[in-house]
Amino acid sequence: MKMDLFTSAYVFLLAAFVGLEVIRRVSPLLHTPLMSLTNALDAIAVVGAILLAGEHKTTLSTVLGTIAIVAATSNVVGGFFITDRMLKMFKASRAPKT
Amino acid sequence: MTPFPGTDTIIELTYLIATALFVMSLKWMSSPTTARHGVWAGELGMLLAIVGTLLNRSIVDYKWVAIALVLGTIIGVPLGKVHMTAVPQRTALSHAFGACCVTLVGTAEFYLRAPAVPKFMMSVLSMEVILGSLTFTGSLMAAGKLQEILPQRPIIFKGQNYVNLGMLLVAIGLAVFLVLHPDRTYLFPLILAIPLLFGVMMIIPIGGADMPTVISLLNAYAGLSASAMGFVLDSKLLIVAGALDGASGLILSVNMSKAMNRSFANVLFGGFGVEQVAKGAQEARPVRTASPEEAAEILSVASKVVIVPGYGMAVAQAQHKVRELYDNLTKRGIDVKFAIHPVAGRMPGHMNVLLAEADIPYDKLLDMDEINGEFPQTDVALIIGANDVTNPAARTDSTSPIFGMPILDVDKAHTVMVIKRSMAAGFAGIDNPLYYLDKTLMLFGDAKGFVGSIVRELSGGGTHG
Repeated sequence: MKMDLFTSAYVFLLAAFVGLEVIRRVSPLLHTPLMSLTNALDAIAVVGAILLAGEHKTTLSTVLGTIAIVAATSNVVGGFFITDRMLKMFKASRAPKT
Repeated sequence: MTPFPGTDTIIELTYLIATALFVMSLKWMSSPTTARHGVWAGELGMLLAIVGTLLNRSIVDYKWVAIALVLGTIIGVPLGKVHMTAVPQRTALSHAFGACCVTLVGTAEFYLRAPAVPKFMMSVLSMEVILGSLTFTGSLMAAGKLQEILPQRPIIFKGQNYVNLGMLLVAIGLAVFLVLHPDRTYLFPLILAIPLLFGVMMIIPIGGADMPTVISLLNAYAGLSASAMGFVLDSKLLIVAGALDGASGLILSVNMSKAMNRSFANVLFGGFGVEQVAKGAQEARPVRTASPEEAAEILSVASKVVIVPGYGMAVAQAQHKVRELYDNLTKRGIDVKFAIHPVAGRMPGHMNVLLAEADIPYDKLLDMDEINGEFPQTDVALIIGANDVTNPAARTDSTSPIFGMPILDVDKAHTVMVIKRSMAAGFAGIDNPLYYLDKTLMLFGDAKGFVGSIVRELSGGGTHG
């Protein structure tokens, strides 16, 4: 158990560094879609909620898990949807007409 | 489900692939040309991870899971369809939903494990629910202010920072006590309730112009709480996704606080709007004004125009009229660019999205650092609904509350035109010396109406230009 937590700590550390390096390169142009995208990715928490609701251990855990799935799923669906809508709008200049 | 060997391996594999896809997804966001691949990679990763999870043999009942997934989708679709001007509040709301999920799962996990919760587990669990619950109410408050359901004016009282800091310290203290004595389960509701209240208190003193920083910070908190949840559930995928989200929020918060000239520590503790006390004593000084005809005349003979949009443009929904102006000027062979200050609008990148929606090519949208060198060669700087980000006092007047804040050097352009509803001071309550310069023309009126009038002048009588 203890070792698992240490492995987790390493994973977190590396992911945080990767995240900082990758996201530093995102153009300020796309900061709004970046935020809605990371938000959608963050909603992967739905995985934990699904297990909680599905394992059906106690009534409390099932109820809380079910609400948690609703909240996270709406972020997954809405987040990806709006990110794509925003990104579709970003167009480069057409070749100048002469 | 009938267990067959290998299911666990398959599930772990879907998580591993999803993790890789998530990292790729953010990497593709670095350029507008590849950004949409990023969304697809994210979607694929998400789908794989969810399907993988549904295969898990410990799930005994799919009924509630299915109902919740359908319900979430029904709520999510309209949230994905909101109008572009509503994106800041939608983002705040989604931070609240994310934090809600994390907090509920954390609460359930605590009661499943209590009273025998190992120390390290209890520490991350406390972090998960404290960050989660303060992000939940904080984001709801932010969304309410952005949607103008709640008063946008900052509410400030004496000793506010001490009260807030005190609440946070009490919550952390209780969490530490719980780590040492996990059998005192009756304390757990308190480490939910106090941060919930803290979230509200944190946003009360925040005014509109500080929203970009706050939203970024809440984004970072949401990410960190999700990562903590990954520790609790031993899910590496969740740890990575949370860390990526946290890193993104952190970078944006640092960017925003730099652009507002606030120390990051100040931002972290939520001491935002407090130090900004508007100073009165504004004597009426003469300004030069101009009509739409005169403005059109000046624009038509320019060869280089830089448009500076601010929140006022968003409020007036003027971006489509601005696009007409852009088209008209570009057709005349005038070089038109847009100067975007990092904190223009209500969230990072807000102006870019609005202008992209109005079909303005993204290569014309330039960042503060990219455009500032171009102002001395600019004939006309046209400011639409922006104020403090153009205030030269930030450069010159060391007594100004915004002294040191990086600004757009519009005062270096040959002519400055400011579309503004009245002479009222900006968010920070600071007078803008830019307006009294000889080269500055004030165009009083509603942004959408005024830009529309200029366009009419240009396309009507302006062919001789």
